[in-house]
Amino acid sequence: MDVLQLQRKLREHQAAMLREGFLDDQFSQLQKLQDESSPDFVIEVVKMFFDDSEKLLNNMTRALGQVPVDFKQVDAHVHQYKGSSASVGAARVKNVCATFRNFCETQNLEGCVRCLQQLQNEYSLLKNNLQYLFRLQEQIQAAGGSIPTIE
Amino acid sequence: MAGGEVLRQNLPEKLEESPSGANELHVLAVDDSLVDRKVIERLLKISSCKVTVVESGTRALQYLGLDGDKKSSIGFDSVKVNLIMTDYSMPGMTGYDLLKKIKQESSVFREIPVVIMSSENILTRIDRCLEEGAEDFLLKPVKLSDVRRLKDFIMRGEVKEGEKRCCKRSRSEDCSPSSMTHPCDSSLLSSLSSSSVLSPLSPSTLSSKKSRL
Repeated sequence: MDVLQLQRKLREHQAAMLREGFLDDQFSQLQKLQDESSPDFVIEVVKMFFDDSEKLLNNMTRALGQVPVDFKQVDAHVHQYKGSSASVGAARVKNVCATFRNFCETQNLEGCVRCLQQLQNEYSLLKNNLQYLFRLQEQIQAAGGSIPTIE
Repeated sequence: MAGGEVLRQNLPEKLEESPSGANELHVLAVDDSLVDRKVIERLLKISSCKVTVVESGTRALQYLGLDGDKKSSIGFDSVKVNLIMTDYSMPGMTGYDLLKKIKQESSVFREIPVVIMSSENILTRIDRCLEEGAEDFLLKPVKLSDVRRLKDFIMRGEVKEGEKRCCKRSRSEDCSPSSMTHPCDSSLLSSLSSSSVLSPLSPSTLSSKKSRL
Protein backbone atom coordinates (compact mmCIF):
# COMPACT_ATOMS: atom_id res chain seq x y z
CA MET A 1 0.00 0.00 0.00
CA ASP A 2 1.39 3.38 -0.88
CA VAL A 3 1.56 6.46 1.30
CA LEU A 4 -1.56 8.08 -0.11
CA GLN A 5 -3.64 5.00 0.53
CA LEU A 6 -2.26 4.68 4.04
CA GLN A 7 -3.01 8.31 4.75
CA ARG A 8 -6.54 7.87 3.52
CA LYS A 9 -6.96 4.83 5.71
CA LEU A 10 -5.68 6.78 8.67
CA ARG A 11 -8.03 9.68 8.04
CA GLU A 12 -10.96 7.32 7.69
CA HIS A 13 -10.07 5.45 10.84
CA GLN A 14 -9.70 8.65 12.85
CA ALA A 15 -13.00 9.94 11.49
CA ALA A 16 -14.71 6.68 12.41
CA MET A 17 -13.33 6.79 15.93
CA LEU A 18 -14.70 10.30 16.33
CA ARG A 19 -18.03 9.43 14.78
CA GLU A 20 -18.51 6.40 16.98
CA GLY A 21 -17.60 8.35 20.05
CA PHE A 22 -14.40 6.51 20.93
CA LEU A 23 -12.60 9.80 20.73
CA ASP A 24 -13.73 13.38 21.10
CA ASP A 25 -12.30 16.79 20.31
CA GLN A 26 -9.79 16.57 23.14
CA PHE A 27 -7.84 14.02 21.10
CA SER A 28 -7.54 16.55 18.28
CA GLN A 29 -6.37 19.09 20.84
CA LEU A 30 -3.60 16.70 21.84
CA GLN A 31 -2.57 16.26 18.23
CA LYS A 32 -2.20 20.03 17.97
CA LEU A 33 0.34 19.87 20.77
CA GLN A 34 2.56 17.55 18.78
CA ASP A 35 5.31 19.03 16.66
CA GLU A 36 8.94 18.51 15.69
CA SER A 37 10.10 19.27 19.21
CA SER A 38 7.72 16.68 20.61
CA PRO A 39 7.02 14.30 17.72
CA ASP A 40 5.74 11.39 19.81
CA PHE A 41 3.67 13.37 22.23
CA VAL A 42 0.31 11.76 21.47
CA ILE A 43 1.64 8.23 21.58
CA GLU A 44 3.43 8.97 24.85
CA VAL A 45 0.33 10.37 26.48
CA VAL A 46 -1.78 7.49 25.24
CA LYS A 47 0.75 4.97 26.56
CA MET A 48 0.55 6.68 29.96
CA PHE A 49 -3.20 6.47 29.71
CA PHE A 50 -3.05 2.76 28.96
CA ASP A 51 -0.86 2.16 32.02
CA ASP A 52 -3.15 4.32 34.12
CA SER A 53 -6.19 2.42 32.81
CA GLU A 54 -4.82 -0.96 33.73
CA LYS A 55 -3.83 0.19 37.16
CA LEU A 56 -7.17 1.83 37.90
CA LEU A 57 -9.25 -1.03 36.49
CA ASN A 58 -7.33 -3.40 38.74
CA ASN A 59 -7.93 -1.12 41.69
CA MET A 60 -11.64 -1.00 40.94
CA THR A 61 -11.81 -4.77 40.63
CA ARG A 62 -10.08 -5.22 43.96
CA ALA A 63 -12.21 -2.62 45.66
CA LEU A 64 -15.42 -4.19 44.40
CA GLY A 65 -14.22 -7.57 45.62
CA GLN A 66 -13.93 -6.42 49.20
CA VAL A 67 -16.49 -7.31 51.81
CA PRO A 68 -18.03 -4.92 52.56
CA VAL A 69 -17.42 -2.73 49.54
CA ASP A 70 -16.04 0.71 50.29
CA PHE A 71 -17.94 2.68 47.65
CA LYS A 72 -16.03 5.84 48.41
CA GLN A 73 -12.84 4.06 47.55
CA VAL A 74 -14.32 2.68 44.34
CA ASP A 75 -15.56 6.15 43.46
CA ALA A 76 -12.12 7.61 44.02
CA HIS A 77 -10.65 5.25 41.42
CA VAL A 78 -13.48 5.93 38.97
CA HIS A 79 -13.10 9.67 39.46
CA GLN A 80 -9.42 9.39 38.60
CA TYR A 81 -10.18 7.31 35.54
CA LYS A 82 -12.82 9.75 34.42
CA GLY A 83 -10.26 12.51 34.67
CA SER A 84 -7.53 10.85 32.69
CA SER A 85 -9.93 9.58 30.03
CA ALA A 86 -11.26 13.11 29.60
CA SER A 87 -7.71 14.39 29.25
CA VAL A 88 -6.94 12.11 26.31
CA GLY A 89 -10.35 12.40 24.68
CA ALA A 90 -11.49 8.86 25.46
CA ALA A 91 -15.17 9.81 25.36
CA ARG A 92 -16.85 6.45 25.73
CA VAL A 93 -14.67 5.47 28.65
CA LYS A 94 -15.36 8.82 30.25
CA ASN A 95 -19.12 8.43 29.85
CA VAL A 96 -19.16 4.99 31.43
CA CYS A 97 -17.18 6.45 34.33
CA ALA A 98 -19.89 9.05 34.83
CA THR A 99 -22.57 6.37 35.09
CA PHE A 100 -20.28 4.32 37.32
CA ARG A 101 -19.91 7.24 39.73
CA ASN A 102 -23.68 7.50 40.05
CA PHE A 103 -23.86 3.84 41.07
CA CYS A 104 -21.11 4.43 43.60
CA GLU A 105 -23.06 7.27 45.08
CA THR A 106 -26.20 5.17 45.44
CA GLN A 107 -24.07 2.24 46.61
CA ASN A 108 -25.54 0.01 43.95
CA LEU A 109 -23.15 -2.92 43.80
CA GLU A 110 -24.77 -4.60 40.82
CA GLY A 111 -24.69 -1.38 38.85
CA CYS A 112 -21.04 -0.89 39.76
CA VAL A 113 -20.06 -4.37 38.70
CA ARG A 114 -21.85 -3.89 35.36
CA CYS A 115 -20.08 -0.60 34.82
CA LEU A 116 -16.72 -2.13 35.56
CA GLN A 117 -17.42 -4.76 32.94
CA GLN A 118 -18.42 -2.06 30.48
CA LEU A 119 -15.29 -0.10 31.27
CA GLN A 120 -13.10 -3.09 30.60
CA ASN A 121 -14.83 -3.60 27.26
CA GLU A 122 -14.59 0.04 26.27
CA TYR A 123 -10.97 0.21 27.28
CA SER A 124 -10.18 -2.90 25.28
CA LEU A 125 -11.93 -1.55 22.18
CA LEU A 126 -10.25 1.82 22.51
CA LYS A 127 -6.85 0.27 22.96
CA ASN A 128 -7.21 -1.88 19.87
CA ASN A 129 -8.44 1.02 17.80
CA LEU A 130 -5.69 3.35 18.93
CA GLN A 131 -3.00 0.76 18.43
CA TYR A 132 -4.25 0.28 14.89
CA LEU A 133 -4.14 4.05 14.42
CA PHE A 134 -0.57 4.24 15.64
CA ARG A 135 0.48 1.33 13.44
CA LEU A 136 -0.88 3.16 10.42
CA GLN A 137 1.03 6.25 11.50
CA GLU A 138 4.21 4.24 11.81
CA GLN A 139 3.75 2.79 8.35
CA ILE A 140 3.15 6.22 6.87
CA GLN A 141 6.22 7.65 8.56
CA ALA A 142 8.32 4.67 7.46
CA ALA A 143 7.20 5.34 3.91
CA GLY A 144 8.28 8.95 4.27
CA GLY A 145 4.82 10.43 4.50
CA SER A 146 3.32 12.90 6.97
CA ILE A 147 0.57 12.18 9.45
CA PRO A 148 -2.77 13.78 8.64
CA THR A 149 -4.44 15.20 11.73
CA ILE A 150 -8.11 15.02 12.58
CA GLU A 151 -9.97 17.99 11.13
CA MET B 1 25.03 45.94 38.46
CA ALA B 2 24.97 44.55 41.97
CA GLY B 3 22.02 46.59 43.23
CA GLY B 4 19.78 45.43 40.42
CA GLU B 5 20.82 41.81 40.90
CA VAL B 6 19.90 41.87 44.57
CA LEU B 7 16.54 43.47 43.88
CA ARG B 8 15.72 41.02 41.09
CA GLN B 9 16.20 38.06 43.41
CA ASN B 10 13.49 39.38 45.70
CA LEU B 11 10.90 39.35 42.95
CA PRO B 12 9.28 35.96 42.52
CA GLU B 13 7.16 37.43 39.79
CA LYS B 14 10.17 38.40 37.74
CA LEU B 15 10.09 36.76 34.39
CA GLU B 16 12.76 34.16 33.84
CA GLU B 17 15.37 35.02 31.29
CA SER B 18 15.69 32.16 28.90
CA PRO B 19 19.05 31.55 27.25
CA SER B 20 17.87 33.48 24.23
CA GLY B 21 17.24 36.49 26.45
CA ALA B 22 13.49 36.55 25.93
CA ASN B 23 11.40 36.86 29.05
CA GLU B 24 9.54 33.72 29.96
CA LEU B 25 6.72 33.06 32.35
CA HIS B 26 7.63 30.40 34.89
CA VAL B 27 4.65 28.27 35.75
CA LEU B 28 4.46 25.77 38.58
CA ALA B 29 1.87 23.10 37.75
CA VAL B 30 0.52 20.76 40.39
CA ASP B 31 -1.44 17.58 39.56
CA ASP B 32 -1.53 14.07 40.98
CA SER B 33 -2.44 12.54 37.61
CA LEU B 34 0.49 11.47 35.46
CA VAL B 35 -1.49 11.91 32.26
CA ASP B 36 -2.63 15.40 33.23
CA ARG B 37 0.87 16.42 34.24
CA LYS B 38 2.16 15.45 30.85
CA VAL B 39 -0.58 17.33 29.06
CA ILE B 40 -0.34 20.53 31.10
CA GLU B 41 3.43 20.52 30.75
CA ARG B 42 3.12 20.33 26.98
CA LEU B 43 0.42 22.99 26.88
CA LEU B 44 2.66 25.35 28.80
CA LYS B 45 5.86 24.56 26.92
CA ILE B 46 4.19 25.06 23.57
CA SER B 47 3.01 28.42 24.91
CA SER B 48 6.64 29.36 25.57
CA CYS B 49 6.49 29.06 29.31
CA LYS B 50 9.10 27.63 31.57
CA VAL B 51 7.41 24.76 33.41
CA THR B 52 7.96 22.97 36.68
CA VAL B 53 5.52 20.14 37.30
CA VAL B 54 5.00 18.51 40.69
CA GLU B 55 2.67 15.79 41.83
CA SER B 56 1.31 17.22 45.07
CA GLY B 57 0.63 20.33 47.09
CA THR B 58 3.32 19.25 49.54
CA ARG B 59 5.90 19.11 46.77
CA ALA B 60 4.72 22.47 45.48
CA LEU B 61 5.30 24.07 48.88
CA GLN B 62 8.69 22.40 49.11
CA TYR B 63 9.63 23.75 45.70
CA LEU B 64 8.57 27.23 46.69
CA GLY B 65 10.47 26.95 49.95
CA LEU B 66 7.29 27.37 51.97
CA ASP B 67 7.28 24.03 53.74
CA GLY B 68 8.70 25.41 56.96
CA ASP B 69 12.16 24.28 56.04
CA LYS B 70 13.23 27.80 55.22
CA LYS B 71 16.83 28.27 54.33
CA SER B 72 16.94 31.91 55.23
CA SER B 73 14.55 34.40 56.76
CA ILE B 74 15.14 36.93 54.00
CA GLY B 75 13.69 34.47 51.53
CA PHE B 76 16.52 34.72 49.04
CA ASP B 77 15.35 31.93 46.85
CA SER B 78 16.43 31.14 43.38
CA VAL B 79 12.89 30.00 42.73
CA LYS B 80 10.87 32.54 40.80
CA VAL B 81 7.38 31.52 39.86
CA ASN B 82 4.97 33.75 37.96
CA LEU B 83 1.93 31.51 38.10
CA ILE B 84 0.73 28.42 39.93
CA MET B 85 -1.76 26.10 38.27
CA THR B 86 -3.10 23.41 40.53
CA ASP B 87 -5.58 20.60 40.23
CA TYR B 88 -8.36 20.78 42.78
CA SER B 89 -8.88 17.11 43.64
CA MET B 90 -5.67 15.70 44.97
CA PRO B 91 -5.12 13.23 47.81
CA GLY B 92 -3.82 14.75 51.02
CA MET B 93 -3.53 18.43 50.27
CA THR B 94 -6.20 19.55 47.81
CA GLY B 95 -5.67 22.43 45.40
CA TYR B 96 -7.87 24.48 47.66
CA ASP B 97 -5.67 23.71 50.67
CA LEU B 98 -2.62 24.69 48.66
CA LEU B 99 -4.29 27.92 47.57
CA LYS B 100 -5.09 28.80 51.17
CA LYS B 101 -1.56 28.09 52.32
CA ILE B 102 -0.09 30.31 49.64
CA LYS B 103 -2.51 33.14 50.31
CA GLN B 104 -1.72 32.94 54.01
CA GLU B 105 1.92 33.68 53.37
CA SER B 106 2.94 37.10 54.54
CA SER B 107 5.52 37.47 51.83
CA VAL B 108 5.70 38.02 48.11
CA PHE B 109 4.58 34.43 47.63
CA ARG B 110 0.98 35.27 48.32
CA GLU B 111 1.04 37.59 45.34
CA ILE B 112 1.70 34.75 42.93
CA PRO B 113 -1.50 34.18 40.99
CA VAL B 114 -2.99 30.75 41.64
CA VAL B 115 -5.31 29.08 39.16
CA ILE B 116 -7.42 26.07 40.08
CA MET B 117 -8.16 23.32 37.56
CA SER B 118 -10.98 20.87 38.03
CA SER B 119 -12.93 18.33 36.02
CA GLU B 120 -16.00 19.13 38.07
CA ASN B 121 -18.13 22.17 37.43
CA ILE B 122 -19.37 22.72 40.97
CA LEU B 123 -20.55 26.26 41.68
CA THR B 124 -19.85 26.21 45.40
CA ARG B 125 -16.37 24.93 44.71
CA ILE B 126 -15.68 27.64 42.17
CA ASP B 127 -16.98 30.32 44.53
CA ARG B 128 -14.92 29.04 47.41
CA CYS B 129 -11.75 29.09 45.38
CA LEU B 130 -12.33 32.55 43.98
CA GLU B 131 -13.16 33.85 47.44
CA GLU B 132 -9.95 32.42 48.77
CA GLY B 133 -8.07 34.40 46.16
CA ALA B 134 -7.76 32.12 43.16
CA GLU B 135 -7.11 34.06 40.00
CA ASP B 136 -9.23 31.81 37.85
CA PHE B 137 -10.93 28.44 37.82
CA LEU B 138 -10.42 26.30 34.75
CA LEU B 139 -12.49 23.31 33.75
CA LYS B 140 -10.49 20.30 32.67
CA PRO B 141 -9.37 19.29 30.21
CA VAL B 142 -7.47 22.53 29.98
CA LYS B 143 -7.13 23.91 26.48
CA LEU B 144 -4.44 25.80 24.67
CA SER B 145 -6.76 28.81 24.53
CA ASP B 146 -7.04 28.74 28.34
CA VAL B 147 -3.28 28.83 28.72
CA ARG B 148 -2.91 31.61 26.17
CA ARG B 149 -5.54 33.70 27.88
CA LEU B 150 -3.87 33.18 31.26
CA LYS B 151 -0.47 34.01 29.89
CA ASP B 152 -1.69 37.24 28.30
CA PHE B 153 -3.36 38.21 31.52
CA ILE B 154 -0.29 37.56 33.66
CA MET B 155 2.04 39.30 31.22
CA ARG B 156 -0.20 42.35 31.11
CA GLY B 157 -0.14 42.45 34.88
CA GLU B 158 3.65 42.38 34.80
CA VAL B 159 3.85 45.27 32.34
CA LYS B 160 1.32 47.37 34.23
CA GLU B 161 3.10 46.86 37.50
CA GLY B 162 6.42 47.65 35.96
CA GLU B 163 5.20 50.90 34.42
CA LYS B 164 3.33 51.86 37.55
CA ARG B 165 6.34 51.37 39.74
CA CYS B 166 9.05 52.76 37.59
CA CYS B 167 7.32 56.04 37.02
CA LYS B 168 6.51 56.82 40.64
CA ARG B 169 9.81 58.40 41.56
CA SER B 170 8.20 60.42 44.33
CA ARG B 171 7.59 57.24 46.29
CA SER B 172 11.04 55.81 45.84
CA GLU B 173 10.42 52.84 48.10
CA ASP B 174 7.78 51.63 45.67
CA CYS B 175 9.94 51.98 42.65
CA SER B 176 11.33 48.63 41.68
CA PRO B 177 12.74 47.17 38.54
CA SER B 178 10.36 45.74 36.04
CA SER B 179 11.52 42.80 34.09
CA MET B 180 9.43 43.75 31.10
CA THR B 181 10.29 47.38 30.52
CA HIS B 182 12.89 49.59 32.04
CA PRO B 183 11.93 53.18 31.42
CA CYS B 184 13.82 53.98 34.62
CA ASP B 185 17.38 55.00 34.67
CA SER B 186 19.44 52.09 35.96
CA SER B 187 21.18 54.44 38.35
CA LEU B 188 17.93 54.66 40.27
CA LEU B 189 18.11 50.93 40.93
CA SER B 190 21.65 51.02 42.24
CA SER B 191 20.73 53.90 44.54
CA LEU B 192 18.21 51.72 46.35
CA SER B 193 19.67 49.77 49.21
CA SER B 194 19.15 46.02 49.35
CA SER B 195 17.09 46.38 52.49
CA SER B 196 14.35 48.42 50.84
CA VAL B 197 11.70 45.80 50.45
CA LEU B 198 9.86 45.97 47.16
CA SER B 199 6.16 46.48 47.37
CA PRO B 200 4.46 43.33 46.21
CA LEU B 201 2.21 43.46 43.19
CA SER B 202 -0.91 45.30 44.26
CA PRO B 203 -3.89 42.97 44.49
CA SER B 204 -5.96 45.21 42.24
CA THR B 205 -3.77 44.59 39.22
CA LEU B 206 -3.98 40.84 39.27
CA SER B 207 -7.23 40.13 40.93
CA SER B 208 -9.78 40.64 38.22
CA LYS B 209 -11.44 37.45 39.26
CA LYS B 210 -12.95 35.40 36.55
CA SER B 211 -15.50 32.73 36.93
CA ARG B 212 -16.44 29.93 34.59
CA LEU B 213 -20.11 30.31 35.37
